[in-house]
Amino acid sequence: MREKLLTFIEKNSRIDVRELAIVLGVDEAAVVRELEKMEEEHVICGYHTIIDWDKVGLEKVTAMIEVRVTPQRGMGFDKVAERIYNYPEVTSVYLISGGFDLMVTIEGKTLREVSQFVSDKLSTLDTVLSTKTNFILKKYKDHGTVIAEQRKDERIQMIP
Amino acid sequence: MRDPLNKTIVTIQPSGIRKFFDIVSEMKDAISLGVGEPDFDTPWHIRDEGIYSLEKGRTHYTSNAGLKELKIEIQRFQERRYGLAYDHRDQIMVTVGGSEAIDIAMRAMLDPGDEVLIPQPSYVSYLPCAVLAGGTPVVIELQEKNQFRLTAEEIETAVTPRTKLLVLPYPNNPTGAVMERSDLEKIVKVIIEHDLFVISDEIYSELTYLDGHVSIASLPGMWERTLVINGFSKSHAMTGWRLGYVCGPERIITQMLKIHQYAIMCAPTTSQYAAVAALRDGDEDVAAMRAEYDGRRRYLMHRFKEMGLSCFEPFGAFYVFPCIKEFGMTSEEFATQLLKAQKLAVVPGTAFGDCGEGFLRISYAYSLESLKKAMDRLEAFVKELRK
Repeated sequence: MREKLLTFIEKNSRIDVRELAIVLGVDEAAVVRELEKMEEEHVICGYHTIIDWDKVGLEKVTAMIEVRVTPQRGMGFDKVAERIYNYPEVTSVYLISGGFDLMVTIEGKTLREVSQFVSDKLSTLDTVLSTKTNFILKKYKDHGTVIAEQRKDERIQMIP
Repeated sequence: MRDPLNKTIVTIQPSGIRKFFDIVSEMKDAISLGVGEPDFDTPWHIRDEGIYSLEKGRTHYTSNAGLKELKIEIQRFQERRYGLAYDHRDQIMVTVGGSEAIDIAMRAMLDPGDEVLIPQPSYVSYLPCAVLAGGTPVVIELQEKNQFRLTAEEIETAVTPRTKLLVLPYPNNPTGAVMERSDLEKIVKVIIEHDLFVISDEIYSELTYLDGHVSIASLPGMWERTLVINGFSKSHAMTGWRLGYVCGPERIITQMLKIHQYAIMCAPTTSQYAAVAALRDGDEDVAAMRAEYDGRRRYLMHRFKEMGLSCFEPFGAFYVFPCIKEFGMTSEEFATQLLKAQKLAVVPGTAFGDCGEGFLRISYAYSLESLKKAMDRLEAFVKELRK
C-alpha cells in the first residue's frame, strides 16, 4: 500500500483521508495508520503549497547558487551543508556531481538581500571556496506542476 | 430533380446524443460526464516523436498497410500483452482509428443478407456500419444480471443459418463490462459450432481493473476466425491522432487493405511515427493512467452506494452504467431533467441501444475533483426525486 499511497499523495496532498481510502480501495483506518507511520519515519517529510508569487504581486527573488567547498575530514560535505541549510533564507541544498559541490537555493525579498546573504553569510564560511549566483527570472514548472498555464477542458462535451 | 441520395443512408439515424450536446454547450457552469475520451493529454514523449517526425520532413504517405516499424511494434505489443501471434508483413494493418477498422471489416466480410450479431448496449457504429455494408444487424440485448457479459445462450437464441459475424465489444463502452477468460471459453464453442467470424473490438483492452484483458483470438480455434481491432486512442490518450489497427488472418486483411487503399490511402504519417514511440516506451504511461482511472472508478462506485443508486461493478474502460429504473423515468427523461435541475450532463443508456433503457452512461475520464462535484449534483438530484 505504501508505494500506491505515496504515488497518489505526492500530487494530491490535500485529499482527505476518507477519499484517499476509497480511491485506493483500502480501509480508512489503515490509511491513517500508514500516514502517521510514514510521518514518524520521516518518509513523508512535509506538505507544501506551490504558489505563483508573481500573481500575488509580492516581490520575491530566488537564486540558485553553485557553491564549491572543501569537504571536512571525517564529515565530508554534511557538516558544510548543515551550516548552510540552517539559514531560513535557504530553501534547498543539494550535493551535486560535476563542476561544483552544493546547489543552494535562496529566497529573499530583493536582489540586494540575496546578494548580501551570499557575500556576508555564504562566501565567508571557511570551507566555501567559491560561489556563483544565478538569479531566477521566471519559473515555468515547479515540483511537477506547470506554473504558467491553467488548462481548460477543451474536449467536445458529449462523445459516444 | 432526382433524389441524389442512397436509399440506405437516409434510413440511418444520427447519433442520439446530439440533442444533449446542443443543450450542454449552451449552458454555463454545466458539468459534463458525457465524454468518451481520456482527459489526459497524450504523454509528452509520444507527442515529441510526432513533432520530431515533422521536423525531419516525414510528411509523405506511408505504405498502405502502415509503417513497417509500427507494424513490427504492434506485432510485439500483441504478443507481449495478449499472447497473440500476428505477422507484421500481412496480418496487421494500420487504420484511421478503430472506427475505420470496424467499417472496412464489415465491408470486406458481408454480403447482402448476411446477419451480424451485435450485442447491445454497445458503441454506436457497429449497427450502421453493418447496414451500410449490406448486412443485416441482429441485436443481442445484454442483461444486467449477467453484468452485461455475453452468454452462449444469448448467441444460440439469436443465431440463424444466415449469421456470419459476431461483434464482440469488450471491454465495453458504455457499460464498462469485461469478458473474462471463463466467459470467453463458454461462447467459443457456440461460435465454432455455427462457423461464425468475430470482430473483437478491443480498443479498451489496456483499461481493465481486474486481471489483464484476454483476447478471444488467443483461445483455441479462434485465431483463424477473429479480427482483433485495437488502437491508441484510449490506451495512450491519442484520440485526436486518429490511429488504430486491425490484426487477423491474411485472407481477410488482404481484402480489407484494398478498401483502405482506395478510400484512405494510409493512416496519418505523423501519428504513425508517434505511435511507434507509444508502443516502444509507453507501457509505464498506460499503467499510470490505468491506476488513476481505477481510483476514480472506485470513487464513483462508492458514491453510488452512498446515494443508494444501483450499479453493477464494471471492470473495464472508463464508464459506469448505473440503473435508474427505480425512478420510473426513461433514461432520456432522467438525463434531461438532471441536466436542467443540476446542470450535470450524462448520456442516456438508450444512446447505445434500446436495451440501455433504464441506465445512464457516466464517464470517469475526468479529474477526481470534477467527479466529486458531479456526484454531489447527482446526489442532490436523486434526493429530490425520492422526496
